[in-house]
Amino acid sequence: MPIRTEEENGRLTVFLSGDIDHATARPMMLELDREVAKRTPCALRVDMSAVTFMDSSGIAVLLRTWRRLQETQSSMEVTAVPHQPWKVFSAAGLPKIIPMKAL
Amino acid sequence: MIPILNQATLLFPSKSSNEAFARAAAACFAAQLDPTLEELGDVKTAVSEAVTNAIVHAYPDRLGKILIKARILEGNILELSVRDWGRGIADVEKARQPLYTTGGEERRGMGFTIMESFMDSLRVRSIPGKGSTVTMRKRFSPRTTGGK
Repeated sequence: MPIRTEEENGRLTVFLSGDIDHATARPMMLELDREVAKRTPCALRVDMSAVTFMDSSGIAVLLRTWRRLQETQSSMEVTAVPHQPWKVFSAAGLPKIIPMKAL
Repeated sequence: MIPILNQATLLFPSKSSNEAFARAAAACFAAQLDPTLEELGDVKTAVSEAVTNAIVHAYPDRLGKILIKARILEGNILELSVRDWGRGIADVEKARQPLYTTGGEERRGMGFTIMESFMDSLRVRSIPGKGSTVTMRKRFSPRTTGGK
């Protein structure tokens, strides 16, 4: 699944879209891995405004990317999180780990 | 025993591509309770977690059957049971603990925690080697005053 990205001065923004579930999470995770490995950003912003549904598979996607960025002491934030994914993140306590903003 | 007002069943193979179908079908069935968008999102999330658990844990190396029974019970209650005939759960109490998983990096062990927080009740029955049934209930807030 191609992920739209924007890069400016070492700051990378990725735009996730559609449903994030067990069927779509793995390709999304691999694509994020590739983008982070290729661009080695000093800061990553994950824009979720176009995500239509997310279950706990999305938690794994973001935690993996966050861990990779921690290794290089890069920052990560998640923005424009719609209500349903926000509830999933909150139930898992993720906003206490990764900086997040609701849509 | 709460009277059953309506029911539907859905049987499908444990393919990941059926997750979206399963949660959409459950949401369509729940629509007759006149749910809010938030309540529909809760149902879709819980179904997605239960079906994913069956795909990943019940049938880790083969395709098997997944059966969803959806019921409307008196009192604006939706009951959903998700059944598999897979390898079962050896320790249900342990499996329900947050962050416990046998599913590797792609599962974070949050499935049951999310089902519990998005639905009003959750019951898990499992026999190792025979399969598991997850039964969830949610009471919907009545919004209409007329109609049948």
